[in-house]
Amino acid sequence: MLKEFYTVTTVVNGQSYKRVIEPRMSLCDFLRDELDLTGTHVGCEHGVCGACTILVDGLPVRSCLMLAPHADGADIQTIEGLANEDGELNVLQWAFREKHALQCGFCTPGFLTTITAFLAENPNPDREEVREALSGNTCRCTGYQHIIDAVLLAAETMRADK
Amino acid sequence: MGKKTNRYFGTRQRRNEDPALLTGRGLFVADVHLSNMRHAAFVRSPFASAKINGIDTSAAKKLPGIVAIITAEDLGELGRPTPLVVPPPPIEGLEFNQQTQVPLASKRVRYVGEPVAMVIAETRYLAEDATDVIEVDFEELPTAIDLEKSLHDDAFIVHEDMSSNVAARARQFKGDYAKAAKAAHTVIKRRFTYEHGMAHPMETRGIVAQWDDRVNRLFVWAATQGPSLLRGALAGMMGMNEGDIRVIAPFVGGGFGVKVLYYYPEEMLIPWVAKRLGCAVKWIEDRGEHFVATVQERGQIHDAEIALDKNGMILGVKDTFLHDNGAYNPYGLTVPLNSQCSVLGNYVIPNYDSTMTCVYTNKPIVGPFRGAGRQHGIFVIERLMDIAARELGLDRNEIRRRNYIPHDAFPFNNELIFQDFTVLTYDTGNYEPALDRMLEVIDYKKFIEDEQPNLKAEGRHVGIGIVSYMEGTGIGPYEGAKIQVQSTGRVRVVTGIGTQGQSHFTSFAQIVADHMGVTPEEVDIITGDTDQFYWGAGTFASRGAVVAGNAINEAAEAVAKIALEKGAEHLGCAINDVALEDGHVVTIKDTTKRVPLGELALLANPMRGAVKPGTEPGLEATRFFGPERGTTANGVHGVIVEVDPETMFVNILKYFIVHDCGVIINPMVVDGQIHGGVAQGIGNAFYEKIEFSESGQIQNATLADYLLPTSMEVPDMDVEHIETPSATNRLGIKGVGEAGAIPVAAAFAQAVEDALDLPAKGIELLDIPLSPDALWILTQS
Amino acid sequence: MKPARFKYANPKTLNDALSLRAEYEDESRFLAGGQSLLPTMAFRLAQPEILIDLNWLHELNYVRLETSGAIRVGATVRHREMQVNRLIIDHQPLVNEAVFQVAHQQIRNRGTLCGNLAHADPSSEMPAVMLALEARFHAKSIDTDRWIEAVDFFLGVFETALEGPEMLIEIELPSMPERIGTSFMELSRRPGDYAMMGVAVVLTLNKDGTCANCRLAFCNASDTAVLAPKAMASLVGKPVNEETVRAVANIVQTELDPPDNINASSAYKTHLAGVLTRRALLKAVERASGGARAAA
Ligand SMILES: Cc1cc2nc3c(=O)[nH]c(=O)nc-3n(C[C@H](O)[C@H](O)[C@H](O)COP(=O)(O)OP(=O)(O)OC[C@H]3O[C@@H](n4cnc5c(N)ncnc54)[C@H](O)[C@@H]3O)c2cc1C
Ligand code: FES
Ligand code: FES
Repeated sequence: MLKEFYTVTTVVNGQSYKRVIEPRMSLCDFLRDELDLTGTHVGCEHGVCGACTILVDGLPVRSCLMLAPHADGADIQTIEGLANEDGELNVLQWAFREKHALQCGFCTPGFLTTITAFLAENPNPDREEVREALSGNTCRCTGYQHIIDAVLLAAETMRADK
Repeated sequence: MGKKTNRYFGTRQRRNEDPALLTGRGLFVADVHLSNMRHAAFVRSPFASAKINGIDTSAAKKLPGIVAIITAEDLGELGRPTPLVVPPPPIEGLEFNQQTQVPLASKRVRYVGEPVAMVIAETRYLAEDATDVIEVDFEELPTAIDLEKSLHDDAFIVHEDMSSNVAARARQFKGDYAKAAKAAHTVIKRRFTYEHGMAHPMETRGIVAQWDDRVNRLFVWAATQGPSLLRGALAGMMGMNEGDIRVIAPFVGGGFGVKVLYYYPEEMLIPWVAKRLGCAVKWIEDRGEHFVATVQERGQIHDAEIALDKNGMILGVKDTFLHDNGAYNPYGLTVPLNSQCSVLGNYVIPNYDSTMTCVYTNKPIVGPFRGAGRQHGIFVIERLMDIAARELGLDRNEIRRRNYIPHDAFPFNNELIFQDFTVLTYDTGNYEPALDRMLEVIDYKKFIEDEQPNLKAEGRHVGIGIVSYMEGTGIGPYEGAKIQVQSTGRVRVVTGIGTQGQSHFTSFAQIVADHMGVTPEEVDIITGDTDQFYWGAGTFASRGAVVAGNAINEAAEAVAKIALEKGAEHLGCAINDVALEDGHVVTIKDTTKRVPLGELALLANPMRGAVKPGTEPGLEATRFFGPERGTTANGVHGVIVEVDPETMFVNILKYFIVHDCGVIINPMVVDGQIHGGVAQGIGNAFYEKIEFSESGQIQNATLADYLLPTSMEVPDMDVEHIETPSATNRLGIKGVGEAGAIPVAAAFAQAVEDALDLPAKGIELLDIPLSPDALWILTQS
Repeated sequence: MKPARFKYANPKTLNDALSLRAEYEDESRFLAGGQSLLPTMAFRLAQPEILIDLNWLHELNYVRLETSGAIRVGATVRHREMQVNRLIIDHQPLVNEAVFQVAHQQIRNRGTLCGNLAHADPSSEMPAVMLALEARFHAKSIDTDRWIEAVDFFLGVFETALEGPEMLIEIELPSMPERIGTSFMELSRRPGDYAMMGVAVVLTLNKDGTCANCRLAFCNASDTAVLAPKAMASLVGKPVNEETVRAVANIVQTELDPPDNINASSAYKTHLAGVLTRRALLKAVERASGGARAAA
């Protein structure tokens, strides 16, 4: 019953992977070091900064506060899986560029995943709701204003596209 | 010959760097993965002050996956104290007691977090397992923690070879303050304490080094603001040729000052050990380490006074301040010197007398963080102005207006030595229009006369704060750039600075695009790779756009000229008859007569035949720019806050910025820089404080306890631009990187005082950071 | 910042989990959402030799309405359910109101209510909510099975009445009678942070609008979530208005003696407890008399 190694079978961005790892490995290290998906960034490893946010079964979670075994059987989406199929920026990514919602870009993967889930639940948010939705992600560069602008632009564009 | 027209320069342009960063493809140092790569972890001192009696690594060596364990005795030449990064400034009578650290401590540790041993292992997990079982026999010593007490006679001495904790003492003055004070109508004296916290870029520091003995070269990827400086430092420390080291700063996740060269132990040790082991080694600082291992800013205590005549004209300012320097001073006096100079603010201060004393304490090292001591100085002068206005019955804006350096007085010589060791001279400025614009956008009159009284009647506590600031930016020594047209027609620009989010890939492209007749998307900017461009200093002191920007401008101008010459020759006409357009050289009369730049580039690199003597191949030029001195940006911040008088929670209702950073390359980018700066300023004013215990432990060393502002704490801002061109460079630009952060605390304090009508109750806000708790305690007394 | 090595168990049944725990009592820890335990392990402040992961125990993933009207929440139910579950929204407005103050959405998507309670952080919101609601805690080991009252559950900082091999397998939130009004208020430096001070109020009114029963539970006011019994008793039988709640708030301030924290001194926290008591009671009475039990 007690395992020193664990076999993880998981789907990330639509692709299946199987890896044998030490169970203490964090999910973010698993994605970055085992699957070479380095788009997910690690800013604190104690659950506060939000840079490592990914979508597990559609919901945003801190991948630094999950163990690699938790990926077993899960459906995971990371920043690498957000762009449109042709590789073009999706609406949210496009809006981030339009509104200058990133500077160094280190926090950006966590914001994009968080907001992807948020807009799926609330396609028509107001400014304060967006502000609140971002509050679990720290950005040290932008002061957030352009990020909020971008989310509102993305929401508006998505609604118009529907 | 076609003259440059501004098609892209000065306009809002989406960023070239974004697509990679938005899709997870941007390479950061933590993403560098090499074969045969090992991982490092450090044993750090748990004590702020201790003797090391021995280190036992035997248990650690037996653990699985351990490649090497390094302590001071293994270091040889590398084990000596690192050089100073910034030498002492040429100030008369300066006392400067240099202390720099060794990469690994062997006898004494002087702050919590000082590295003692390094483990190299197959994974970071295994490396940390080993650090857990390395036994260091520490003998705890007393500490010097409190800034003032560390100067007392009975204080513990941080460096045993010294007789006190004075790291430096410098007096700078102009005129005769004592005489001015005697003649004054009013003299106001106050004590201010100002603490600036930690930068916390979202990406911590990190470095990967690889030794390749097939070519005898060292390859280094580092999250650094100064790749060329790091290369030079490594060459010096390791006794290598600079040219045999290639330092690459890939995408860097924020720097804010703390990723410039400090001779950080890890940055010296990782390349050294990679060479020694003949493999690749990676170290990514974790956030826990970042709290102690990366430089931070900290506290100053100012005893300041201002002398005025009855009309509120400043006769003089005197300031005596202490600066907490931490355990070592590799960055010299940069931070306190900025503070000393910034107290002069935007004003004509005929008599100034400032003495600073820098103090060694058993705390992590202090180095520049966005603003770099300027906010301390601006806080002092702006608060003094507020108090003076009150005592003299003047409006807070009127007293500032009266004392502003007049527009026609520039260049204005302040007679002090600045951080770049030149005499502090403001190149240009026009302060009144900025204030006027602020009063207009914030609607000061209406606020004071209608809104505030009405809100007060409703029982609400709303206040306004308006402060001025200036910032010396864009200092030397120099930067350079090489521009080449590629056979694809794309224009390639390489420059030596690093970039950490400042949008250089776009702003620089805009400069080049206009010269070359291409779009910014057709310009590739390559930064931070010392093999691509050898020379450079780095991105700090709000200098990237100014110094590298001007070098790029000149290189682009030169390449454009070459392209026109070659194009004219190719098209069989005179150089005055051609222009650059659409990626082509075209004849002005008939723009369908054209040759693509890419083709010209190929033609300029013939594979056979003779080239004319004296000509060089390619469409290429390299230029350097070194400003004679820095350029001074300025602005006014205005804030309206509401305070809950029961809880002392402060809600920022509106935030306005009128900013003058000279000519603007890309207003979107400037807005972003200001927003980010203000956000950090808000953190500084109200949220961020490093809490040291008496034994020198940081008590809030997690991001859950050290409070970085989130989207809930940072308000929306309105940024207005005024453009007073700089006189130090042809583009007329001034730096903007740090500006947003500098005056926020001063504005915040003024506004909170106003909201709660504190002066009427005899309360003044003289200490930063504030907090609801601190405000509540103040108002209880 | 990597956790120390441990052996990992992923039991699929409660029984397996409890047997493992019985076998390795001292060297093992349960892992629920991991939102408190994993950061502690990352700093290596906790180094369990064996981690018994509860995330695979699907049998404990329920929010259930009992015939008594009480609601039971199983050990693996995440905070998020307290936000979106219809039963919680309809029957337990206080839990629903308070959960939005717990951390951020990403953490609520993963952390569990029971894990939060077993963690027993005195500055956490939910222990105070449980005290105010008089929730019950179901503790089970391979050999024992018992219910613990909320007042008996929290013993100290990170310390509960759970013994050795016991696991908190579910909690029960009692049903709410008529004319009840609840309110949760807290002040934290940044929304999403642990509270500097917080209060959970459950106020029951008599038909004439006077106070029939009042429960006031505080977070970050002691080494556990605490009630303010004197203040609670002082309101019974009285009308609930500005004046009476002010008096209650004053008693709260004498009754509590919160410890200093980095972000707030004891004196300031005591002051805030009074302010929050007043504001939360007024909100609760508004809800109780409006008949509207739902959080605003
Ligand atoms: C950035 C951040 C901010 C946060 N802010 C807040 C906040 O504002 N308020 C707040 O209340 N919380 C906050 N939390 C903590 C969060 O609510 C956690 O989810 C919660 O405290 C623990 O629940 P968990 O399921 O994650 O438990 P775990 O972390 O898995 O476990 C916590 C402890 O409980 C034990 N345990 C877990 N389940 C059981 C069980 N069924 N029986 C016995 N023992 C058990 C574990 O062994 C461990 O000791 C925050 C967390 C983070 C990372
Ligand atoms: S790295 Fe996971 S929250 Fe910061
Ligand atoms: S863009 Fe740099 S941290 Fe957000």
